[in-house]
Amino acid sequence: MSDYLKNWEAVIGLEIHVQLSTNSKLFSGASTNFGALPNTQACNIDLALPGVLPVLNEEVLKMAIKLGKALNANINSPTSFARKNYFYPDSPKGYQISQMDKPIVEKGYLDIEVEGVKKRIGVTRAHLEEDAGKSLHDDFEGQSGIDLNRAGTPLLEIVSEPEINTPQEAVAYLKSIHSIIRYLEISDGNMAEGSMRCDANVSVRRKGDEELGTRTETKNVNSFRFVEKAIQYEIERQIHELESGNLIVQETRLYDSQQNITRPMRSKEFANDYRYFPEPDLLPIKLEKDFIDEVISTMPEMPEQKRERFISEYNLSSYDADLLALDKDLADFFEEVSKVSGSPKLSANWIMGDLSAQLNNENLNIKDSKISSKKLGELIIRINDGTISGKIAKDVFEKIWISGGEVDETIQKEGLEQVTNFDEIESMIDKVIQSNPEQHSQYKAGKDRLFGFFVGQVMKASEGKANPKQVNDILKEKLEK
Amino acid sequence: MALSDKELKEIAYLARINVKENSLKKLKKELGDILNLFEELNLADTNSVEAMSHPLDLSQPTRKDLVTEKDMREELQKNAPSVQSGLFLVPKVIEGED
Amino acid sequence: MDFHNLSLKEQLQGLKKGSFSSTELTSHYLERIEKYDDELNSFISITAERALIQAQNSDERYANNQAYGLDGIPLAHKDIFCTKDVLTTCGSKMLHNFVSPYSSTVYEKLDAQGMVMLGKTNMDEFAMGSSNETSYFGPVKNPWNKEYVPGGSSGGSAACVAANLTPVATATDTGGSIRQPASLCGLTGIKPTYGRVSRYGMIAFASSLDQGGVLAKSAEDAALILEAMSGYDPKDSTSLNVKHIDFQTNLNESIKNLNIGLPKEFFDAELPPYLQKSIQESVDVYKHLGANIVEISLPNINLSLPIYYIIAPAECSANLSRYDGVRYGYRCKNPKDIDDLFMRTREEGFGSEVKRRILIGTYALSAGYYDAYYLKAQKCRQLVANDFTEAFKKVDVILSPTTPGTAFKSGEKTSDPVEMYLQDIFTIPANLAGLPALSIPCGEHEGLPLGLQLVGNSLQESTLLQFAQAFQSNTDWHKKLPNI
Repeated sequence: MSDYLKNWEAVIGLEIHVQLSTNSKLFSGASTNFGALPNTQACNIDLALPGVLPVLNEEVLKMAIKLGKALNANINSPTSFARKNYFYPDSPKGYQISQMDKPIVEKGYLDIEVEGVKKRIGVTRAHLEEDAGKSLHDDFEGQSGIDLNRAGTPLLEIVSEPEINTPQEAVAYLKSIHSIIRYLEISDGNMAEGSMRCDANVSVRRKGDEELGTRTETKNVNSFRFVEKAIQYEIERQIHELESGNLIVQETRLYDSQQNITRPMRSKEFANDYRYFPEPDLLPIKLEKDFIDEVISTMPEMPEQKRERFISEYNLSSYDADLLALDKDLADFFEEVSKVSGSPKLSANWIMGDLSAQLNNENLNIKDSKISSKKLGELIIRINDGTISGKIAKDVFEKIWISGGEVDETIQKEGLEQVTNFDEIESMIDKVIQSNPEQHSQYKAGKDRLFGFFVGQVMKASEGKANPKQVNDILKEKLEK
Repeated sequence: MALSDKELKEIAYLARINVKENSLKKLKKELGDILNLFEELNLADTNSVEAMSHPLDLSQPTRKDLVTEKDMREELQKNAPSVQSGLFLVPKVIEGED
Repeated sequence: MDFHNLSLKEQLQGLKKGSFSSTELTSHYLERIEKYDDELNSFISITAERALIQAQNSDERYANNQAYGLDGIPLAHKDIFCTKDVLTTCGSKMLHNFVSPYSSTVYEKLDAQGMVMLGKTNMDEFAMGSSNETSYFGPVKNPWNKEYVPGGSSGGSAACVAANLTPVATATDTGGSIRQPASLCGLTGIKPTYGRVSRYGMIAFASSLDQGGVLAKSAEDAALILEAMSGYDPKDSTSLNVKHIDFQTNLNESIKNLNIGLPKEFFDAELPPYLQKSIQESVDVYKHLGANIVEISLPNINLSLPIYYIIAPAECSANLSRYDGVRYGYRCKNPKDIDDLFMRTREEGFGSEVKRRILIGTYALSAGYYDAYYLKAQKCRQLVANDFTEAFKKVDVILSPTTPGTAFKSGEKTSDPVEMYLQDIFTIPANLAGLPALSIPCGEHEGLPLGLQLVGNSLQESTLLQFAQAFQSNTDWHKKLPNI
């Protein structure tokens, strides 16, 4: 399947709509809470009653400025709104207030890494606009029901330059944006719930061609995985079409995750002339330098900086730092565990190993971890001070995960302390050697492999609690005799 | 300034206003007359001016991010032509912008 | 008692003194409306019951010495201002059944002053027109001569004030819709600086041009009401947040040595002799009062009509997109699908003039034409505004006729849209530049009144009213009203 890459190149641009997590809407004071009964969060402005007017939510400016800084972009001042005219039942005014000429954020970039290769992807612009309502189709006997709760929710649309060339790069870019918006706490970036939506513009051209091919826009991709699959499919479909002598139709397509295909949207595409013009009900927004600087000063440490700091401060490997810094919650968790345990490397291992496995198994977020950062830190302390072995610690971890409880309490209750008493271990070893005279002779005769057998027997006898290092040392000595 | 039938139909569709065949001719003429007015602007020299977007040269005021509107669904739906279960009913929408 | 012959000030004094009650005053006007409005059709809704309750409440406040500034004075609101729980139609079939769930800021401000609403006045549909012949609720007749139009779009407000069915009425002006009816009905009509009066709840036609104002029988009355209507409104991002100056401050000050500009482009136009005569006589009045007459030039003023007829339709084409039969208002019967719902609702719900303007506006904004039309018009608009800025360096007000003649007969101009548009050539420029302007009666011809227009610099409503008052203190034109 990747043969096609020999002759063809894909050109991909992503348009990401980020739903901003403000309390109220972009232009009205209605709530943006998820899950309310239909039309209970749609006030007269959201309903586009005759005579209503929009008033701008200041929080969105702050959010956009932070995003702009995180994307190394220019913050435009003045910035202004425009009307994007189109008719649809979930668009109450018959136009969407968006931005045309002077978007608030422009000309930025993002660095991504795919399989060790770094690449810079340009961000053309990020602009503010209002979300539309929703149409519900079931239960209405041939009609649709319009819910305008979502209408007017603030969105930030982030448009990349068409500098992405593979589905993998697209996903890396998407994950990066996701990470940034969550770090900035401007959105919860939940693709499944729709607070982050991705549309992919895809075209192909023969390698060496200067001109861009005709592109299609693919919508309705609501996970990282689907983005990769949808783009992959679309690239292959377009190459196939072109190699068969057909032309690519410029159209909007929907991704069907069941069949893993894209297909053209059924609705009338013609006449998408949006007739943009400056919004007369809103004045241009002048962003003073003081205001911008103040907003930027409230920004948290961004993933890139955090990554660098994890490497320098905690001596983590590049790989570990990457993984831990990607998600802010995970990064915070790691730092909390490290602080408690005093052991960053071990903390990293436990988080990326046992903890991640457990979270994945149960489809949970780090925020829902059934073992707190404090407890995990304490567990690591107990490994380091020899109270329990690393292996036993896994048991303790599991027990706490399932039934809660404190670290020390669990160790004691289950009697899981390591046996470190020299005499105790010695006596156990003596017993084992005595009970296995044949193996003893064989070992003395040169069968070194049997050492493991003896270790196993001792561990069994001690129910796994004997300190492995001491067992090793004492056993070695005793077996020689 | 003449509008063709095709152009008029496209504009009417963009504006979602049905125009009956028998009104086309009259409408074309009326619109053509109005469009003739526009030609006068071609003579104006606007090289040294910016487009006026607002009569006021001020900056957009903002409001705090507070929820100030409560649920007024019943009040606001009194004028709705067709409502069921709190939703505005319309003829079935085929998959679209969302 | 003939309450309707009292000025606003006299009515207020009477109420304060207890010479008569608001209930009496209100009933008086309601009776007159009942008696005379059938022929004029100036009202779409008459809120009689509600008005009497409001009047009663006002009387109670007076009895308890808790009266508000304009307590108990009746008024009519143009049916473009949303009024809570009262039908608000904007003169259109599209909103013929729309009972607004909220009130406009203008309504609330005047209500807070204790004013009593008699009803909602008739108007050209969605404020588009200059004769009040496009209303879904039937045309309005000019009280001076019922075969003639009262002007538009605020024809209803003008007719009811001129016929003394209300002491005062609110109105709106986008290209002349207050001033032109004022001129044709012998009234004082003022459109303030853009942003003075909140547009929240004022159904939008052309957002960057629309302004609320008032129609009254004198400059003094107009000043009182405009004062109460004005002020910063956080719900309207385009409303002016400036220190408030009482519009009545200079009302009775002398205009000696102030400068009046006469734009040569307006006076070069072919004006009918009777109009030229009236304007000349008016200029003489001002000269006599000591003002200086200065010839000025507004070189780009003749671009005003095309600029307006691109920008206003463009903005209105978007403002009226919300009328789609989904959430309120008219809906066509048995729509087959979404497109059918939109297309037939809008075909049937809107009148011809509104449809024409929406189509023109859509065209002017469409791909390929945006630069040549909309963008070009906004640039030319700046040229016009610059002309005024220059002129106001030399003069305090600019004087011109308000309309190219007196009222015309019903049906006379309805077959040619462009001919109707020419009604607004003198009034449009002030809207383009966002400047305050008013019209006052200055003459009469063949039984019909004539108006003269004064345009002021930005935020200079007081100066404008001062000039108007000076004229009205020395002439009687504004006192002449049809004998109804």
